[in-house]
Amino acid sequence: MRCHDWNEMTEAIKERGIGRRAFLQLSGAGLFIFFAPDLLPAFQEASSQPGFATDFNAYLRIGEDGRVACFAGKTELGQGATTTLAQLVSDELDVSFDAVDVVLGDTEICPWDEGTFGSLTVREFAPVLRGVAAEARAVLLQMAAEYLHLPSPDDLRVKDGVITSSKDAHKNVSYAQLVQGKRIERHLGKVPLKPISDLRVIGTSPRRKDALDKVTGKGRYAADILLPGMLHARVLRPPAHGATLNSADTSAAEKIPGIQVIRDKDMIALLHERRDVAEQALGLVQAKFDLPHSGPDDATIFDHLIKAAPPFELVSEKGRLADGEQLATHVVEETYLNSYVAHAPMETHSAVAKIDGTKLTVWASTQTPFSLRHEVAEAMGFAPENVRVITPYVGGGFGGKTENSSHQAQEAARLTKLTGRPIQVVFNRTEEFFYDTFRPAAVVKIRSGTDKSGKLVLWEYRAYGGGGDEASPFYDIPHQRTQSAGGWSNNPAGLHPLAVGPWRAPAASTNTFARESHIDEIASRLGRDPLEFRLIHLSDPRMHRVLQTATEKFAWKPAPAPSGRGFGLACATYADSYVATVAEVVVDKKTGNVDVKRVLSAQDQGFTVNPEGSRQQIEGSITMGMGYALAEEVRFKNGAVLDRNFDTYQIPRFSWLPKIETVLIDNPSTPSSGCGEPPIVTIGAALANAVFDATGRRPLQLPMTAARLKAALQQV
Amino acid sequence: MRRNISFTLNGKPVQLVDDDERMLLWVLRYDLGLTGTKFGCGAALCGSCTVILDRDAVRSCITPLKDVEGRHVLTIEGLSSQERLHPIQQAFVNHHAFQCGYCTPGMILNAYALLLKGSHPTREEIIRHMDDNLCRCGSHTRIVDAVLEAAAATTGGN
Repeated sequence: MRCHDWNEMTEAIKERGIGRRAFLQLSGAGLFIFFAPDLLPAFQEASSQPGFATDFNAYLRIGEDGRVACFAGKTELGQGATTTLAQLVSDELDVSFDAVDVVLGDTEICPWDEGTFGSLTVREFAPVLRGVAAEARAVLLQMAAEYLHLPSPDDLRVKDGVITSSKDAHKNVSYAQLVQGKRIERHLGKVPLKPISDLRVIGTSPRRKDALDKVTGKGRYAADILLPGMLHARVLRPPAHGATLNSADTSAAEKIPGIQVIRDKDMIALLHERRDVAEQALGLVQAKFDLPHSGPDDATIFDHLIKAAPPFELVSEKGRLADGEQLATHVVEETYLNSYVAHAPMETHSAVAKIDGTKLTVWASTQTPFSLRHEVAEAMGFAPENVRVITPYVGGGFGGKTENSSHQAQEAARLTKLTGRPIQVVFNRTEEFFYDTFRPAAVVKIRSGTDKSGKLVLWEYRAYGGGGDEASPFYDIPHQRTQSAGGWSNNPAGLHPLAVGPWRAPAASTNTFARESHIDEIASRLGRDPLEFRLIHLSDPRMHRVLQTATEKFAWKPAPAPSGRGFGLACATYADSYVATVAEVVVDKKTGNVDVKRVLSAQDQGFTVNPEGSRQQIEGSITMGMGYALAEEVRFKNGAVLDRNFDTYQIPRFSWLPKIETVLIDNPSTPSSGCGEPPIVTIGAALANAVFDATGRRPLQLPMTAARLKAALQQV
Repeated sequence: MRRNISFTLNGKPVQLVDDDERMLLWVLRYDLGLTGTKFGCGAALCGSCTVILDRDAVRSCITPLKDVEGRHVLTIEGLSSQERLHPIQQAFVNHHAFQCGYCTPGMILNAYALLLKGSHPTREEIIRHMDDNLCRCGSHTRIVDAVLEAAAATTGGN
């Protein structure tokens, strides 16, 4: 998903050019900064990171009113991009935070971007955007020197967008005055960023830019776009994946006044000015489907994944497994299972499309507006430049609104073309579950060995179906091999009976559950404290620091598990960040219910741009992750998704909440790494290890539902 | 049944001629343009569509028009007066008690109903009252803190 081949790159550059022209037509006078990727040192550093989109750019405009607009192809999913990006610009440009407007996710006026996922916005965008703002400041200082008839800009200072000579306070001019009536375009040069000691806004937690919109209900999401003449579409859905439509009688539905029935290839859509009337009409359609009667279900999926897995790919290897076998005096073999889970954002997939002549405009709930434009354009046979995607606020994404999840937008586009009317398609909750690209179910088999001194000497790790991300152990193990077969993308047909895709920290929650459970199991069998056993196998000082910080704050007392206390620990790296999570649980041994009392995560994410925003992400990851750990699993049979709403599919709610503590490790000299995902990978393992510590029963399958734990606890 | 239906919406009278079985959610969002009330599940399972009916929080996705006849409906759009935020809204801002914001209007209105009932709920009472409003971003602890702060700043909801 983050790799760009030559064709994609060429297309992206082309798209960027088109975007720029349109942008200039739209935006009048002002100072415009364009970004050329090879010019900024910070960018070059970032561009060496794997997965960096090499044609990434950003626009900044300083208007005649003094307001600064930042245009980026990212989207606001709730992670706070509008706020953090404004902080970056405000600081480097020396304008007030309130004077910065952030415009996101509009393919016509924002530069091309790969999308909002992978905890990338601050990690990769921050140095770029800071560079753009620093360049703008340098240009404005040069202009001010000329305006004030000074020989050089060296003695000029800036505060809140006003440039003043430090030698003569009467010599001053504002950014707004400087750009008055001018149209200045500059490409980014090599301008240094401010040292950390000079930052005023970066590193603080100002009021979120989206706060007023969101607490007043004024903020618009895709389903809130209401256009004159718009029709709501409800589309006939099959009862199961793999079902084929045999016949559909729409005659009863057609009798409803104002109903328009559209049959187009495989689609039957009921259109009405009122959504509820379209829904009612859909209910009157008599449809017969031929149903599939085979395939794995949620009980047989794990055997199926092992049987259907493609050949293994090597993730990493050190030493020789045969040597490790020789050295090992104690071998532990275990199999870990993880289930399909849904993204279940509160906002279902939504889109509004309208067509004017040859131009198609789509408002969509998406994390990847540029991919969505491409997918819609291709499906419609339109040139990409004739499709504009506008992304309003997105009501949660978590990976479920990325590439290849533009079903609703494509339907809205098709229907607007067929009818000439603006069309809204908003999935109901059942459609949201049915068309979700789930986190894949997975099987992980680990064979490990320790020598006489209790040191790990052997690690053989095989992942089926879940993916190899973060599967390599970061523990010091001389003889190890990690392999993965199948995952959340690029699978052979038939491996996963349901659509799969990236789910917040793809593959890593499964691999961390398996690895950290297994490390815990080995430590337990050796009678060692889980923290101490980890530390003696870790040489990375950053990992030591997060583990020691988390356990100190938690008041962890060394004891081998199971200690009966219900304490569990897990650590991981994700998105270049380090995270350690400690949890305390109480298990009701009669019912199998797990009551999570306390969760503490310590995270080293390098330099922190927005501490409160970071804490929100950590708290959100812990809370959301309790779902896959304790309750969430998608049940399915014969292609039908059996979970259709929040009655059977339980997501974390207020009464589940533990006391949540977050610790941000102070590490400003290291570049910012990802924050949106890391703790979600550790919470499953931390809770599983806590359950083991409480009960002496090792949970080998997530979610640890009450029924599953009760059954395990009743086994002798 | 199609008939005259009148009720008060955010302090102003509304008169409709409509099918009285239609759900309030769709009328609010699409007929009256009050899109702050959100669709999340359509089955009273998530709370995104929560509005206030007289003094109670109800799920507008399962509330037919006939049930609001002659009564007072308050939506998120009616909570702040002029540009002044209600103390609950202000507390949500102060605590960053939202991320994507999609569940936020329902959360705020459900909390409003609680504060109408008793001025100083405990943390446990807030959790119990809010439990059926779902949030996927995981803002729960901040929401509880915000409601506690709002409760301290207000009595009886207004």
